[in-house]
Amino acid sequence: MRFACIVFPGSNCDVDMYHAIRDELGEEVEYVWHTETNLDSYDGILLPGGFSYGDYLRCGAIARFSNVMEAVKKAAQEGKPVLGVCNGFQVLLEAGLLPGAMRRNTNLKFICRPVTLIVENNETMFTTGYDPKQEITIPVAHGEGNYYCDEETLKKLEANKQIVFKYKNNPNGSIIDIAGITNEQGNVLGMMPHPERAVDELLGSKDGLLLFKSILRNWREAHVLTS
Amino acid sequence: MYKVKVYITLRESVLDPQGSAVQSSLHALTYNEVQEVRIGKYMELTLAKNEKDVELRVKEMCEKLLANTVIEDYRYEIEEVVPS
Repeated sequence: MRFACIVFPGSNCDVDMYHAIRDELGEEVEYVWHTETNLDSYDGILLPGGFSYGDYLRCGAIARFSNVMEAVKKAAQEGKPVLGVCNGFQVLLEAGLLPGAMRRNTNLKFICRPVTLIVENNETMFTTGYDPKQEITIPVAHGEGNYYCDEETLKKLEANKQIVFKYKNNPNGSIIDIAGITNEQGNVLGMMPHPERAVDELLGSKDGLLLFKSILRNWREAHVLTS
Repeated sequence: MYKVKVYITLRESVLDPQGSAVQSSLHALTYNEVQEVRIGKYMELTLAKNEKDVELRVKEMCEKLLANTVIEDYRYEIEEVVPS
């Protein structure tokens, strides 16, 4: 499986993402600069964390107009897995690939520590490796991770099982403890916690690796075993 | 030339953690009459004179980039400036 790790000016978790895929998952991955316009040769798209365009104006607001985002939208429409972590999640929200918006953390602090997540939906292409309601440890590192959406959107998210991860102890004030959501089709996942920083016991947890393994296994089942 | 003042505020329904923190701080300073603080953004844009559609274009800028309409409201004032 061939992954694109999109790099915006200001991305700083791109190396972690690259490491997770190449060294821990053992798959192909390439850094793709934000000016690129074609992602057709990749099977999966990764939007890493960081501070794209310095988070000027709002997190992710400027990155969404990068050339590469049109190609990301196309990949999403084609059903390819698209994973946005932290700032990558914020970019997906600003780009309208996922519903809702991010606010400052309720306590106004930048939070950087491992948190416990509950796997709310283990039937997505990102989470089949987890058990239902499994509790996993994944680090967060953000100042604006307080997810918000209106009542109507929230009802849709719940009805379509788009809420994939919830915080066990909500660190940032997110509405109904949401830590990660997918689009309606289920192939675009945005999450504030960093699975790429939890891929080896040395890092304190390898619970994040199962997410990448799930993507790989589901992709293989769809593309390799059937062809 | 036009001078455009853009005001971006969080929607009324959206909790404003910065505003709440400042409000508590004002109360700590005994300004107890303060019932609510909302914090927003103020931007000044200087536009080259562009015949018509100024208002339409400013509205577009707000909708596309300057405000996130999921959580923010915006308003603007457009002022024609004669360079001296």
